Amino acid sequence: MPKKILQVVESAFRATLEEQDDTVVWLTLAMRGAGGEFGVLLRGNAVNTAVRGQDPSGLAFGDRALRHHTDLAEDITRLIGKGVRVSVVAEDLAERGLRTEDLVAGLETIPRAALPDLFEKFDQVWHW
Amino acid sequence: MADKRTLTFVLMDPPFENARTTTALRLIDLAVKRGWNVNVFAYEGAVYVAFAKQTPHENKVHGHDLAAEDHPNTKEWVAAILAQAERTGAKVDWVQCGLCVDERGAGECIPGLRRGSPADLVAFTEASDNVLVIATK
Repeated sequence: MPKKILQVVESAFRATLEEQDDTVVWLTLAMRGAGGEFGVLLRGNAVNTAVRGQDPSGLAFGDRALRHHTDLAEDITRLIGKGVRVSVVAEDLAERGLRTEDLVAGLETIPRAALPDLFEKFDQVWHW
Repeated sequence: MADKRTLTFVLMDPPFENARTTTALRLIDLAVKRGWNVNVFAYEGAVYVAFAKQTPHENKVHGHDLAAEDHPNTKEWVAAILAQAERTGAKVDWVQCGLCVDERGAGECIPGLRRGSPADLVAFTEASDNVLVIATK
């Protein structure tokens, strides 16, 4: 059994335009494809990653347009589809005026007080 | 060696931007000094930490010419860590994320490193006593 890693993502929209991905979500998808076992916890500003209906299209510098814009919500959905448990901190949502129904389906919303129990379910916690 | 451990470090920052790169190299250096095996997964801007074309410069503000400034580039520090590993018997497996290298044109790294992918990080994780992520903030 591979070690179970919890990816705690706190920084939101880090280089998402030039990368056309969230760096950690991308890495998790790639490592999941290579056989790794993961969970993802979105906290702080990174809870915005899972909001439905984001549309960052239209970026262009001169005549060089970004052809494939970032679709963070779709990437989160893809993670869930690959069996990755994705959790969001409830208080971080509330502080930003977000509701669970604003997010993509399949996420787990958990209170801060439940984080220690979540951490216990993993062999390692990686804080990004 | 009974207490010979294997640690994996995931680096994300480009060099010269903040103190996290220095902290990472200090931790790696200490592990190597102890003879522990170290894996490094250089991700995103961290592929520039060992970029071969880094060039030292003089510092006129401080009145230093090139020799006096003796500006250490991070590639030299990485090379020094690799040399230290030769002396202590530590194995350093430093992987440069291949896609990160390509998108930055950072293919020229110092000798002793290798190109890899997230699959290497999976393997590192399985083979390590612990993993420390030092991420861009």
